[in-house]
Amino acid sequence: MATLEMAPPAEKTASTSKTATLRIWRGDVNGGKFADYVTPVSEGMVVLDAVHRVQAEQANDLAVRWNCKAGKCGSCSAEINGKPSLMCMTQLSHLPLEQPVILEPMRAFPSIKDLVTDVSWNFKVKKRIKPFQPRPPDAPDGTWRMSQGDVDRVQEFRKCIECFLCQDVCHILRDHQMHDEFIGPRFLVHVAGLEMHPLDTADRLKELKEAHGVGLCNITKCCTKVCPEHIKITDNAIIPLKERVVDEFYDPVLRVLRVLGLRGKS
Amino acid sequence: MTEYQTHEHDVLIIGAGGAGLRAAIEASAAGVSVGLVCKSLLGKAHTVMAEGGIAAALSNTDERDNWRVHFADTMRGGQYVNNWRMAQLHAQEAPDRVRELEAWGAVFDRTPDGRILQRNFGGHRYPRLAHVGDRTGLELIRTLQDHGIHKGIDVYMECTVVRLLKDGDRVAGALAFYRDHGRFVVFKAKAVVLATGGIGKAYKITSNSWEGTGDGHALAYDAGAELQDMEFIQFHPTGMIWPPSVRGILVTEGVRGEGGILLNNKGEQFMYNDIPPLYVNQTAKTPEEGWRYCQGDRDANRPAELLTRDHVARCIMREVRSGRGSPHGGVFLDISWIKTKLPNAPEHIKRKLPSMYHQFKELGDIDITKEPMEVGPTTHYVMGGVRVDSETQMSRVPGLFACGECAVGINGANRLGGNSLSDLLVFGKRAGEYAGQYARQQGPTQLDAGQVQDAVRWALAPFERDGSEGPFQIQQELQELMQNLVGIVRREDEMERALVGLAALRERASRATVTGNRDYNPGWHTALDLHNLLTVSEAVTRAALARKESRGGHFRDDYPDKDPRFGTFNHVVSKRPDDEMRLEQATIPEMPAELKQIIEEMK
Ligand SMILES: Cc1cc2nc3c(=O)[nH]c(=O)nc-3n(C[C@H](O)[C@H](O)[C@H](O)COP(=O)(O)OP(=O)(O)OC[C@H]3O[C@@H](n4cnc5c(N)ncnc54)[C@H](O)[C@@H]3O)c2cc1C
Ligand code: SF4
Ligand code: SF4
Ligand code: FES
Repeated sequence: MATLEMAPPAEKTASTSKTATLRIWRGDVNGGKFADYVTPVSEGMVVLDAVHRVQAEQANDLAVRWNCKAGKCGSCSAEINGKPSLMCMTQLSHLPLEQPVILEPMRAFPSIKDLVTDVSWNFKVKKRIKPFQPRPPDAPDGTWRMSQGDVDRVQEFRKCIECFLCQDVCHILRDHQMHDEFIGPRFLVHVAGLEMHPLDTADRLKELKEAHGVGLCNITKCCTKVCPEHIKITDNAIIPLKERVVDEFYDPVLRVLRVLGLRGKS
Repeated sequence: MTEYQTHEHDVLIIGAGGAGLRAAIEASAAGVSVGLVCKSLLGKAHTVMAEGGIAAALSNTDERDNWRVHFADTMRGGQYVNNWRMAQLHAQEAPDRVRELEAWGAVFDRTPDGRILQRNFGGHRYPRLAHVGDRTGLELIRTLQDHGIHKGIDVYMECTVVRLLKDGDRVAGALAFYRDHGRFVVFKAKAVVLATGGIGKAYKITSNSWEGTGDGHALAYDAGAELQDMEFIQFHPTGMIWPPSVRGILVTEGVRGEGGILLNNKGEQFMYNDIPPLYVNQTAKTPEEGWRYCQGDRDANRPAELLTRDHVARCIMREVRSGRGSPHGGVFLDISWIKTKLPNAPEHIKRKLPSMYHQFKELGDIDITKEPMEVGPTTHYVMGGVRVDSETQMSRVPGLFACGECAVGINGANRLGGNSLSDLLVFGKRAGEYAGQYARQQGPTQLDAGQVQDAVRWALAPFERDGSEGPFQIQQELQELMQNLVGIVRREDEMERALVGLAALRERASRATVTGNRDYNPGWHTALDLHNLLTVSEAVTRAALARKESRGGHFRDDYPDKDPRFGTFNHVVSKRPDDEMRLEQATIPEMPAELKQIIEEMK
């Protein structure tokens, strides 16, 4: 070992000899069952670490999706003790370890294998949404001017890591399976990010009402509760979009003004 | 004969990080058919994790900045073994590439007059990094993704390329498999662009995800291309070190850009004790001056905490070795102290560094607005990569291009923070453009069914064996070996031992056996990755052994000084006909007078 090598003091790495039981759903689209794995727990360990340990030592073919291990990529979504969560951001010490930790894939999407689900529907939905269309540049050098205050709102929506946990928890998708009628909270956040973008000029209100199904949301706020980025999905994205749709289609005065070209997008 | 599907494209792009996406957008704009393959889901590539920002001399925050300063900073940071032409193109074209992102919907943080705000980063003379809090990579990848999906690009997600196929000397496509059920797929193409990212998974402590296994490096090497500068690996000075399960996760340099200071266990701001001669003129004399710089005082110089990463990493190691480290073997990084300077410090920290706040709070139970973090070096970035033409990004294999982290060029011996995201955009665009052009000019390629079957057989071999060892143990030992013997501080005898160790691991890897079937099987995936990890590890070790000096990311205990004789060439490795690795020196071409003059002026 090179002279400058840093290693943490050994006694501190093995701080506890605690174990946890992971009760992991193993299976595929044809069904499956839970299997229990007992694995040691060390300080600060997150659920994803424990899953990896099981994978390396007990079940090499255990399927799990992950990338960043730091809550930034939104790959490791699963249901932990029934709650849609990121496995890499859930510390084992915050769970009751006297009982097995129950790990299931996101139930709103078709299973591929074990903890991995087929989320490809989400990528198809996004393609259907009208893309960003900026107004002509503000300055001769082709750039725009926007104040920080004007972009704060959109920056909140752009924090989304596409973990699809909100899609998983929303009853319209999960229980009613209305994937053809409703784009789900993730993509309402996406539309809000476009509609409220200070430079955008496209109009998505008709699609919001019809193809995107914004009216189906009955504001249960379940999506907001699971969002790991703490985006106020319902209050800041969905409700304002609903209001715009109402203004557009049900407010006769505004409608006339718009037809006359006196009121554009806000 | 194993069944496989075939898809045909003019240009096949392997990798959907910033480089691959930018290349795909450009190639499709040239009107050719484009396929884009990635190992993960779209939008999850490593680029999503980038935090601090994109370096581009927009001169919004400080009008003294321009491409010439950026060029000189990049060359100085790379200790002058960079490809100067690429460093020049990068500095010149980065501002347009950033502005283009805004036209595609990116929302950067703003200056008071409504333009793109830029922040300070190590080695950059002026505030130069366009950013969005500390989630710039997410903004970049999402913008490219959302723009790209409307451009008629065919995306193949969770699909791993295992071999490049050739038609004579020319590249003709690639063999891949879908991770979900292991079905094989052949991509036939006239041009192939590699954009596969880094090699961090060759080390035990790393900021990289599972994807960083050097696939593009190894694919190119096996197909006859050259790898250059593989000895230069960037160990980022500030990774998380506690608790153990988060060891290696990055703490952005943005923390220091916002005024964070490094302290040893005596409370000393130790970075001020050792300022390298190349940087004396641009470094603050006192911590007070450093703070003024972070606050935008234009007469102040950069704080010592913002010296280049290689230097900061070594200073941290020295503190630890001398017994002045933090309890878990690192040093302290403190941003909370700015509350003595700013009235609303906690809010300010949360706004500028939201994901750092979040990361420490949720993973380490630490509130960074109140207490210092513990940090230490982590394997972060590989400067070395596929050797390509400076203008077109084509390797010596006709039709095979490379861009982004898997290519070599602008960084030399050490990369400056923020220069990767801009590199992805500048050279991603160029690779896409020239690959498109190449594909239009060339006739179709012929695929050889024998080559395909050979590669399929190779890929399925781990299922056929009946060894007793799985791949995970081998991967772990490889990571420990590289960490311990070819890490931040290197020595001849240790690296010789590493070569012996790597040969033994290669032998074990050839017997590694996997259980289960081809459905989403991480054991199988890891077994295939081993080949790539072993290839890049050997390249790193051979190049590092031959560089008997210390420069940038490469530090030799037995040759601790820089040696001008090593400043005139790069190390290049390639595969010999007998499959052994050949190491050569490639002389760096003479820099044109105008560029020399820029460097002279900026000294
Ligand atoms: C935590 C962190 C923070 C960083 N912060 C910054 C920063 O602030 N500024 C900056 O400039 N740089 C930063 N960097 C560096 C920068 O993010 C990376 O160098 C850059 O994102 C690499 O981009 P890329 O497009 O080359 O590859 P990646 O983004 O790594 O993408 C690689 C792609 O290739 C695919 N791939 C790989 N192998 C295969 C295969 N065999 N078959 C099919 N597909 C394959 C992957 O699936 C992926 O899509 C940071 C890096 C890290 C780890
Ligand atoms: S608030 Fe609306 S979108 Fe969110 S979970 Fe409830 S119904 Fe679904
Ligand atoms: S809105 Fe939140 S919960 Fe939904 S996908 Fe984005 S980050 Fe995940
Ligand atoms: S692995 Fe990236 S969010 Fe969990």
